[in-house]
Amino acid sequence: MPTNLQAAEYDAVGQKRWAWPSFAFPGVIWLVLLFLIPFYAIFAVAMGYNDPILNSPQPEWNPVYWDPSVFGDVLANLFGGQLGITALRTIGYVFAASAISLLIGYPVAYYVSRKVGRWRWLWLLLILAPFWINYLMRMMSWVNLLSPDGQVNRWLGAIGFDNLPDWLSGHHFVVILGLVFGYIPFLVLPLFAALDRIDNATLEASRDLGASSTQTFWRVTWPLSRNGVLGGLVIVMLPMFGDYYTPNLLSGSPRTRMLGNEIDQFINQTTGQGGVGAALTIVLMFFVAGLMAYYLITINKATREARE
Amino acid sequence: MISRTSTLLRNPWGKPRFLPLVTALYVIWSIVPVVIAIRFSFNAGRSRSVWQGFSTRWYVGTPEAAESVLYDPSLQAALIQSLKLAALTMLVATPIGVALAIGLARWRGRLAKPANFLMLFPLVTPEIVMGVALFLVFDNLYDFVGFGTWAQFLGHVTFSISFVVIIVRGRLFAIGRDYEEAAMDLGASQFQAMRRVLLPLLAPALLASFAIVFAISIDDFVISQFLSAGADTITIPVRLYSGARLAPPPSLNALATVLMVTTIGAVVIAGLLFRALGKRGGEEGSALESVAGFEL
Repeated sequence: MPTNLQAAEYDAVGQKRWAWPSFAFPGVIWLVLLFLIPFYAIFAVAMGYNDPILNSPQPEWNPVYWDPSVFGDVLANLFGGQLGITALRTIGYVFAASAISLLIGYPVAYYVSRKVGRWRWLWLLLILAPFWINYLMRMMSWVNLLSPDGQVNRWLGAIGFDNLPDWLSGHHFVVILGLVFGYIPFLVLPLFAALDRIDNATLEASRDLGASSTQTFWRVTWPLSRNGVLGGLVIVMLPMFGDYYTPNLLSGSPRTRMLGNEIDQFINQTTGQGGVGAALTIVLMFFVAGLMAYYLITINKATREARE
Repeated sequence: MISRTSTLLRNPWGKPRFLPLVTALYVIWSIVPVVIAIRFSFNAGRSRSVWQGFSTRWYVGTPEAAESVLYDPSLQAALIQSLKLAALTMLVATPIGVALAIGLARWRGRLAKPANFLMLFPLVTPEIVMGVALFLVFDNLYDFVGFGTWAQFLGHVTFSISFVVIIVRGRLFAIGRDYEEAAMDLGASQFQAMRRVLLPLLAPALLASFAIVFAISIDDFVISQFLSAGADTITIPVRLYSGARLAPPPSLNALATVLMVTTIGAVVIAGLLFRALGKRGGEEGSALESVAGFEL
C-alpha cells in the first residue's frame, strides 16, 4: 500500500509523473538552445553596439542596455530611403506572385479534386512531383532555358525573332514568374485538400435546388474552400518574403532586389554589418507575424461562425 | 463567339474544356524545364542547350578528365557533404523528435503548452530568419562550435525535429492509450509497455520519419548556406546556387539529377513503409496526407 507521499508521484494509471516530461526533455532543451536563444540573438545583435577597435557588431544580451540606434537608422531608411523601395518591391512581388499562383492553382486543384476514376492518382502524382524536386534545381533549369544562348532564345530565333533579350538581367516579370514557379506547388496542395473535402452531394444538392453551375460555384464551392485558399496563400507568402535566391539566380540586378537580398548581403557577404542585417530580419519577422495574425484571426472567426 | 466568351467569364469552372487545358498546361510548365535539365545532364558535349548525343561522362567520366560528379573534386565534395549531413541529421533528429512527440502527447504539466508552442514555431519561421538566428548565435555565443559541418548539422536537426513530431503525433493519436494501459494492467511496467507495445506500434511513423528527415535535410539550402565555411562544407543545393549563373558544364545538371533521385527515393521509401506497416497496424492515413502533409 503506497503512502500518500508516494501516491503523489504517480498519475491515474500508475505512471511516474516525471516520466512524460523527461521524454520531452531532450527535444525541448535542443529547441531552447538552438531555436529560442538564436532567435533572441537576433534582437541582441540588432540592439547591440559596434566594437570600435574590431569594427564588428557586438551583441548586447541584457535588454536594459539595448541601444536602438542601428534599429532606428534601419527604420528611417525604410520610411523614405532605399530600403523602403526594396520593401515595397518585395511586397509587390509577393502579392503579384501569390495572386498569379492562385489564378493558376485554383483551377488545377479544382480539376484534380473533381477528377474520379482510374487516372486520378496519375494527376495527383503529376501535381505533387515538383514538391520533392529541389527548389534550386528547378530554378537552375530555368536559368538554363532563359540564358542568352538557352533554349528559349533558340526557339524564338528559330521562328524569326531577332534582337533577343537577356532574360536574366533585371526583368521584374521574370522574377515574379520565377517565384510563381517555385512556390505554386505549396499552394496547389492545400487547395486540393480543401476542395477534395467538399462532398459532391453538397454540389448536387445545390444544382437540384435550382442553382446554376455559376451560382453553385460562387455560393457553395468557393465559400467552402476559402479557408484552404487563405491557408495556402499564407504557406506560399511566408517563404516568398524571405526569398533571396530566386531574384539572385533569375536576375542578380539591383533593380530586382528583395528584402531577403539585403539580409543576405549584410549577413553573408559583408563583415561588420551584422547589426543592420539583424534589424532587417526583425522587420521581416513583423511582416510575417502580421500575415500569420491576420490568417489566425480570420480562421478563428470563420470557425466560430460555422459553429453558431 | 461573343456569347461563348461571356459564359466563360461567368462560369469558367463549368466549361468542360477549360479546366483540363489549364491543368495540362500547368503540369507541362512545372515539369518540362526539369526534364530538359535532366536530359542535358546526359549530353555528350559541353553545351546545355544543344543536344550532341547521349553519354554518361558527366556522371561517371574518367578520373583523368575530373569533370564528372564522381571525379570533379568540388562536385564530389558537395555530394559527400550532403549525404553526410543528411545521414547524421536523420540519426539524431528522429529519436529526439519521437521522444518529444510521445512526451508532448502525454505530458499534462504546466509547461506542456509552452513546450508544444515552441515545437510548432520552427515550422512557421521563414528559413532566412532561422538562418540569420543560427548564424548570429554561432558567430557570437557558440563560437566554440565554429561554422561548417557541425554548425550545419546542429541547424538541420533543429528544423527537422518539428517535422518528426508532426509525423509521429498523428500516429500516436490514432493508436490511443488503450494498448499501453492494457499491457500495464497485465503487469508490464511503464517502460516494458513502452518498449514492447508502443514502439512497435509506432514503427511505421518512426521509419517514415527517418526517410523524411533525410529528404528535407538533403534538400535544404538556406541553413546550409548561412552556416557553411568555405569550399569543404558546400552542399549540393549550395553548389547548384553558386554554379548556376557561371555557364557551368552539364555536370552541374548531373549533380542536380543525383540529388533529385536521392530525395525522391527517400520519399518513396517513406511512403511505402508508412503504407505497408500502417496497414498491419490497422490504421491507414491517406497516402497524400502521409507524404505531402509533412511539408505543411
